[in-house]
Amino acid sequence: MSRRLPLAATIVALVACAWPVAAQLPTYGVGRAPTAEEIKAWDLTIPPDGAGLPPGRGTAVDGKPVFVQRCASCHGETGEDEKYFRLVGGRGTLATDKPIKTVGSYWPYATTLWSYIRRTQPFDEPGSLTSDQVYGVTAYLLHLNGIIGESEVLDAASLPKIRMPNRDGFIPDARPDVGKTKR
Amino acid sequence: MNRRRFLKRGVMALGATAVGSAHAPSPASDDPSKVLGGPKRPYGDRSRFERAVRGLPQPPTKTDEWGPSVTPLGASMGIITPSALHFEVHRGGVADIDPKKHRLLIHGMVERPVILTVDEIKRLPSVSRIYFLECAGNTLSEWTAPTAPTVDWTHGMTSCSEWTGVPLSLLLREVGVRKGATWIIAEGADGTGNERSLPLAKAMNDILVAYGQNGEAIRPENGYPLRLIVPGWEGNVSVKWLRRLTATDRPYMTRIESVDHTGLMPDGKARRFMFVMEAKSVITFPSGGQQMAGPGSYEITGLAWSGHGRIRRVEVSTDAGKTWRDATLQQPVLPFAHTRFGLPWRWNGREAIVQSRCTDETGYVQPTLKELVKVRGVNSKFHLNAIQSWKVDADGSVTNVHV
Repeated sequence: MSRRLPLAATIVALVACAWPVAAQLPTYGVGRAPTAEEIKAWDLTIPPDGAGLPPGRGTAVDGKPVFVQRCASCHGETGEDEKYFRLVGGRGTLATDKPIKTVGSYWPYATTLWSYIRRTQPFDEPGSLTSDQVYGVTAYLLHLNGIIGESEVLDAASLPKIRMPNRDGFIPDARPDVGKTKR
Repeated sequence: MNRRRFLKRGVMALGATAVGSAHAPSPASDDPSKVLGGPKRPYGDRSRFERAVRGLPQPPTKTDEWGPSVTPLGASMGIITPSALHFEVHRGGVADIDPKKHRLLIHGMVERPVILTVDEIKRLPSVSRIYFLECAGNTLSEWTAPTAPTVDWTHGMTSCSEWTGVPLSLLLREVGVRKGATWIIAEGADGTGNERSLPLAKAMNDILVAYGQNGEAIRPENGYPLRLIVPGWEGNVSVKWLRRLTATDRPYMTRIESVDHTGLMPDGKARRFMFVMEAKSVITFPSGGQQMAGPGSYEITGLAWSGHGRIRRVEVSTDAGKTWRDATLQQPVLPFAHTRFGLPWRWNGREAIVQSRCTDETGYVQPTLKELVKVRGVNSKFHLNAIQSWKVDADGSVTNVHV
């Protein structure tokens, strides 16, 4: 052991010399490699396949008291308040004169809801909910919209599997769709 | 620059007084050559007689931290928007960021993930470019009826600045984007963490990681100390307070891109990833709320811009679109920038409806509202780039009308 340790230290030192000290932009010699913890702390966006969802779980039953305490002052206890952003209802209205765009009627992915709540909510205290609370509040909103049952468990495995009612309601940008061209 | 124009403007919230002064300001001398001037100042302010301010919603929006302020386009000159008058849209207030603590993380499908300080980014080769930023929701109040009283409120969510920073392509080449990556996720450091998925092709083309605006640091409300500038695309993708870029092989369908910034069509389907701001123009004089000083000579003037590049032509009508004349384009005419146009006009004192119509370098001609509505209905909210009409009444007042 007493002989191996200095050898290991020498190898580490040699490698460190061969690699200019943590200069991640090779041409300009600036920047350092991020640590795994630094990436984890900031890499928070969850795509539709659920990549990056953390451990934790919650049901609508779990989420209701959190929603009532932390969210209802803006969104109403049942998420139907128009005052800020209505979260519940509106199914079947998108092709009418008065479309109502809510989580249930419009949002194509449940992962988006989870990701957005974790990162930005509550409005006055963004990012303060635990993962369990975010799963619970997400479950509560999906339940209020009739998408899952009140005891259905949301976690990293089940959340990406939820099929939102308006999942196929989106099309690519079709422009230029109007406007003469005088080429 | 020194156009003398006497406009009886609408009610202005701020008077000419120095805010905070307990004393009424002394009137300016009738002959400034006979009095000693004021002292030097380390950071200048405009004349106390200038009054143009950003418009704040009245009644206020849901909270002070949420929603827009608009650029006073009716008082604008040239193509550059003063930084203090650049429009804003916030969803969680203006972030207060110490540049010494701020970092940019670039990671994901890259060979060499990196964390950079703002000072390190400033050591890299920089470029300065004049680009407009327009909110996708600019003019959204006008789909069904002439609603906003002034050009500030119909069109004031566009502004144009000189932006200084580093090409995003330089950073991405340095970190080595891996084969298979097709998107870049950009995220801000503020509480709302505005997140947008951007095609890698655009990122490698002309996007900037900017720290400068009009010759000084970007203003806090415009993303200090670091933001993306995405030329020609809806303002929201130019993520403010930028702290993270992730290379991926798919869009992440964030709230803003999968829900908010989508365009609902009459059949209930919604368009998404509507990035480009198509060609648009508006007359800023005479425009809603302004007052003609009587029959005689004026210059009709306004702004045109296109997310597809340069403005090639602007035509002006003073008879509700029956006849059109070519306006003069002020130099410089730059891609993805405001272009100032002008046309001398002798107003005969009779009712007139003035309009402008621009054509960009792709040949795209700015449409009428009827043409837009015919295809998109009235519920797509964003990307209203129709021809704007202002009615000049015989009494010289100017109002917003649809024709």
